[in-house]
Amino acid sequence: MTTVRIYVTYKQSVFDPQGEAITNSIHSLGHDEVKGVKVGKFFDVTIEEGDKLVAETVKEISEGLLVNFNMETYSYKILEEK
Amino acid sequence: MKFAVIQFPGSNCDIDLYEALHTVCGADVAYVPSKESSLDGFDAVMLPGGFSYGDYLRAGAIARFTNIMPAIVEMAKAGKPVFGTCNGFQILTEAGLLPGALKRNDSLKFVCKTVELEVANNDTIFTSEYQKGEKINLPIAHADGSFYADPETLQKIEDNGQVVFRYSKENPNGSLNNIAGITNERGNVLGMMPHPERAVEALLGDTDGLHLFKSILDHAEVKA
Repeated sequence: MTTVRIYVTYKQSVFDPQGEAITNSIHSLGHDEVKGVKVGKFFDVTIEEGDKLVAETVKEISEGLLVNFNMETYSYKILEEK
Repeated sequence: MKFAVIQFPGSNCDIDLYEALHTVCGADVAYVPSKESSLDGFDAVMLPGGFSYGDYLRAGAIARFTNIMPAIVEMAKAGKPVFGTCNGFQILTEAGLLPGALKRNDSLKFVCKTVELEVANNDTIFTSEYQKGEKINLPIAHADGSFYADPETLQKIEDNGQVVFRYSKENPNGSLNNIAGITNERGNVLGMMPHPERAVEALLGDTDGLHLFKSILDHAEVKA
């Protein structure tokens, strides 16, 4: 079994209103050194490796469901393999 | 002409659509649950507002996987009128039947009010009963209605005249180019965030939505 963490975020060009609101709140905390926050989400996906490579599964489920490529992009890392 | 109003788990404007068509326009309408897989016998399909599947993942993202979706895609391909309001619009973009995407409102607030729209294109099966440039008032009620498309797609939508409704006084959600409603390239699929079905009787405050349904009734099918 392999556990993969897939991160989904807005593309750079897309305005992230939540990130903007959080950045403003961080400035209210007094942390003016924080210049930007982007909000995203992640999915921990457990995959049983068979004929299909884990990378292929990740690509197919990301492109098919988890990510809306009109506005989002994704990356992933392997958390655990056993 | 027979209309199907699709009921997804979490739809909550299905009755509004049904009544607008049936009671107000006298049209032939039936509810079709999203677990059904056929739209045989229907000439037009209407996707209601609401929160299908609780807006899990992204608004409209899960509804795309319901049994009825292939039949809706077939209707769209056949040139039959396919209409989605609010969550219906979100579902149509997620299903790839309309370009772009609907993201969280810039204000991060759920916006519920009546807004002024301009009819940007009246040369469609959905808007032929309006005048081009006509100002109409329709209710909106959404948190994820900010229309986004990459610059290239946006230019294409504009050049093709696919922008049908624009917010004209204020932009309530941050939509690019003040876009409130768009069609596909062929012009037989319309998605819009405002709710025309909530503005079909004077008792409801306005009748500006009525022309949309009357326009569809005027056109049984778009020629390819």
